[in-house]
Amino acid sequence: MSGHESTYTPNSAFERWLDKRLPIIRFANDTMITFPTPKNLNYWYIFGGVLAVCLAVQIITGVILAMHYEASVDGAFASVERIMRDVPFGWLLRYIHSNGASMFFLAVYLHMFRGLYYGSYKAPREVLWIIGCVIYLLMMATAFLGYMLPWGQMSYHGSNVITGLFGAIPLVGESLQTWLMGGPSIGNQTLQRFFSLHYLLPFAIAGAVILHIWALHVPGNTNPTGVEVQDIEKDTVPFHPYYTVKDAFGIVVFLIMFAVFVFYAPDVLGHADNYVEANPLVTPAHIVPEWYLLPFYAILRAITFDLGPIDAKLLGVIFMFASIAVLFVLPWFDTSKVRSMRYRPVARQFFFGFVAVCLLLGWCGAANPDDPVIPALQGEPSLVVNYTVDGAPASSSYVGGHEAYDAAKAFMASLPAAAAPSLEVRPAPAFAFRHLSLILTVMYFGFFAMLFVIGLGEKTKPLPESIHKSVLKAKKAQSGNAVPAE
Amino acid sequence: MKTFRILAAGLTALAFTGLAHAAGGAKHADGPEAGWPFEGITGKYDQASVQRGYQVYKEVCSSCHGMKLLSYRNLGEKGGPFYDPAYPNPNDNPFVKALAAQNEIVSPTPNDVGEFELRPATPADRFRSPFANDAAARAANGGALPPDLSVITKARHGGASYVYNLLTGYPDFSLYEDRVSEVDGETVYETVIDMSKFDKLGKYKPEQTSYLLQPAGQYYNPYMPGDTRPNYGGDPRHAPPGGFLAMGPQLTDGRVEYSDGTEATISQMAYDVAQFLAWAGDPKMQARKEVGLATMVYLGLLAILLWFSYKRIWRKVEH
Repeated sequence: MSGHESTYTPNSAFERWLDKRLPIIRFANDTMITFPTPKNLNYWYIFGGVLAVCLAVQIITGVILAMHYEASVDGAFASVERIMRDVPFGWLLRYIHSNGASMFFLAVYLHMFRGLYYGSYKAPREVLWIIGCVIYLLMMATAFLGYMLPWGQMSYHGSNVITGLFGAIPLVGESLQTWLMGGPSIGNQTLQRFFSLHYLLPFAIAGAVILHIWALHVPGNTNPTGVEVQDIEKDTVPFHPYYTVKDAFGIVVFLIMFAVFVFYAPDVLGHADNYVEANPLVTPAHIVPEWYLLPFYAILRAITFDLGPIDAKLLGVIFMFASIAVLFVLPWFDTSKVRSMRYRPVARQFFFGFVAVCLLLGWCGAANPDDPVIPALQGEPSLVVNYTVDGAPASSSYVGGHEAYDAAKAFMASLPAAAAPSLEVRPAPAFAFRHLSLILTVMYFGFFAMLFVIGLGEKTKPLPESIHKSVLKAKKAQSGNAVPAE
Repeated sequence: MKTFRILAAGLTALAFTGLAHAAGGAKHADGPEAGWPFEGITGKYDQASVQRGYQVYKEVCSSCHGMKLLSYRNLGEKGGPFYDPAYPNPNDNPFVKALAAQNEIVSPTPNDVGEFELRPATPADRFRSPFANDAAARAANGGALPPDLSVITKARHGGASYVYNLLTGYPDFSLYEDRVSEVDGETVYETVIDMSKFDKLGKYKPEQTSYLLQPAGQYYNPYMPGDTRPNYGGDPRHAPPGGFLAMGPQLTDGRVEYSDGTEATISQMAYDVAQFLAWAGDPKMQARKEVGLATMVYLGLLAILLWFSYKRIWRKVEH
C-alpha cells in the first residue's frame, strides 16, 4: 500500500513467524522508516507531524480530564475549577487541553495554507485533500462541543447561537434544533450529549487521520516544486532518519510556543466571560466564538439582506457552510495543471490575498458589526431632537461643537410639553465591519472562482525537470550571489 | 500587486491592534501605578499583601460576596497567603484552623439526629456563604446579586487591575449632592454628581458644570461597563465613561485595622484585596511559572540538540 517496494527483512524467528501471519512490523517499517520522501521539503511540511502530536496531546489530556469532569449544569463549572485547584497538576492538564485546541487549529490552518500553496489537492491527491477536509470539519465540531463543557457564559450563549443556526433550515430546522439539544432549550441533557460526543469525535478524527496517511502514502508527498518524484535514488530520502529528525526539530519549536501560552498566558486566547458560570437569563453584551472560528462567524453575520424567499439568517448559514464546502470541491475548481504556486506568478498573488482575506475576516468576526472599521474616519455624531407634532413624529438634527448642544437644548425648551422632546445621539454613517465582512466574503469565494479562471489561460514559469535538478540549481544560486532560494 | 500585499499586511497588523481594545464604554483599568508584583514570567504574589487582602475580604466584602470555590485550607496551601512549610497539610496548620474557626457555618452534613447545625468552620470547609441562596442575596441587596468572587479576576477584563480601579474609582462622597423635589405631589429624593468636579475622569472631565443622576440604589463608577447617557444632564455626545452598579463605595480610610501596622488607606486596601482575589482566582500561578521555566529550559536544550542532529544527518544530502 505504500507504493514502494518493501525492504524489510525479518531478523528473528519470531519476526519471520509474525510476518507470515500479520506483517505489522513490515507495515511500520515501510510507512515510517523507509518511506521515500522528497528531499526538498521545507519547514511548511512539518505541520502534519505537529498535528499528529496535537491530536495525541488532546486525547491523552482529555481522557484524564474526563476522569474528573462532571457533566451537569450544577457541577460542570465548579468541577473544571476543582480540576485546576485540587487535582495534582490539574491546572497543567486543563491549560494544555484548552490551549491545545488553539494550537491544533493554528497548525491545521498552516497545514491547509501549505496545501493550497503547493497544490497538494491536485491529482492524484484529491482523496487525500478531501479526507483532510473531513478531519477539519470533525475538528470544528469537536472544538465547538468541547467549548460548551466548562459551562461558562460564552459556552452557553455560543452554543445557543450555533444550535440556532440549524433552526434556520426551512421545514425541518426547528425539529432538528430540538433533536440536537435534546429538548426545547439548552439544558442538562444538552451538556451530557455534548460531553459524550466530545469524547467520541476525537477517535473519529484519529480514524480519519489513518485514512489520511494511507491516502498520502499511495501517491507520496508533494514537494515545493510540484514535480513528481522520478528517480527514488536521486529525488528522495528515507523518512527515517531524515524527516523524523527534521520534523522532531519543528515539533519541539512548535511546543516551545505552545508552552509559552500554557505557562505564561493560559487564558489569553479565551474570553473572560467564560469564567462566569452560565446563566440563561443574562446574555453577554458581545457573543464571540473562539478565535479559530471567527472568519466563519464573520461570513455568517456579513449577510444582512434577504434574497427572494431566503431570509438573511438562512442565507448567512448557507454562505457559512458553503465557505467550508467549497474546500471539498477545490480539486476540481483549480483548472491549472501546475501544482506549485511558485511557478504561477498570478495565482500566487491571489493566494497571498486570500490569506489576508481570511485574517481580516477573523478580525471582522471579533468586532461588533456596527462599529466603524477605522474610527478616525468616522464623522462627528449628530444630536437629534425627536418630538411629536400633533401626534406625528418629527425630528431635527444638530451638528457641531458645544453650540450644537446649546441649540438643541434651546429648541427642546421652545417646544410645548405635549411634543415630548427627547435627545438622541446619532453616530455619523461610517464604513462598518458588516460592510467589510460582506466585501471580504465576496473576495473569499472570489478566490476560488479566480483559480478556475486563471488556470484556463495562465502563463506559468518553466518547471524544473526534476526535484534533484531544482535542488542543485537552488544550491548554486545560493552559493553564487546569495539570492534566497525560495 | 505589490502595493496590495503591503496594504494587506498593514490591515492585518491593524486587525491585531484592533483586537486589543475591544471592551466597551468603560474606562480602561490601568491598575496601580507601580503595577503588580505577580506580573511577568517570574512574578510572585506579595504574601503580606495577600494576607491583608484576606482581612479586607473577611471584614468588608464577605458580608455580601461569597467565594464558594475556595476552602479555608486553600489559605494554608503552598502558594497561599498563610502557607507554613512546617505544615505541608494545611488542615493541620493551627493558624489556618483558627482562621476557619472564626466563621460560623451551617454544617454541610447532618448531625446524629439529622439536623444541619451551626458550627465553627474547619479548614476542610468551603468559605462561608453570606446568603443561603441567590434569592436571599437579591432580597438583601435591592434586587442585585453580588457576584461570587472566587474567579472574579479571571472573569473580568483587566483582572486584578479592574478590581483595584473599580474599588478606588468611585467619586468622593463630597461630590454626591442630594436633591429633593416634588413631582405630582410626591417627594422625590435624587443623588446627582457634578462631573466637572470629578478629577478621576481625566481627559473625559467636562469643563462646564454637568450633572449625572444616579438611579435609586445605584452608584456611578467610571470603570463599570455600562451607558451613562440616559442619566447625563450635559451633552450626551460627551457622556462620562462607565456605568452604574448596585454596590456603593465600600472602602473608607481606616475601614480595617491591619495587624502589621500598614496604613489602611483606600488604595492600600483595594490593592491588597485585588491581590488576594488574584491569588484566589489563580492559586497555582507560582507553581505554573516554576514548571514553565523548567519546561522552557528542557525544550530549548532539546531544540538545540535536534538542530545539530538534523544538520549532521542531512550533511551529505543536497536539499
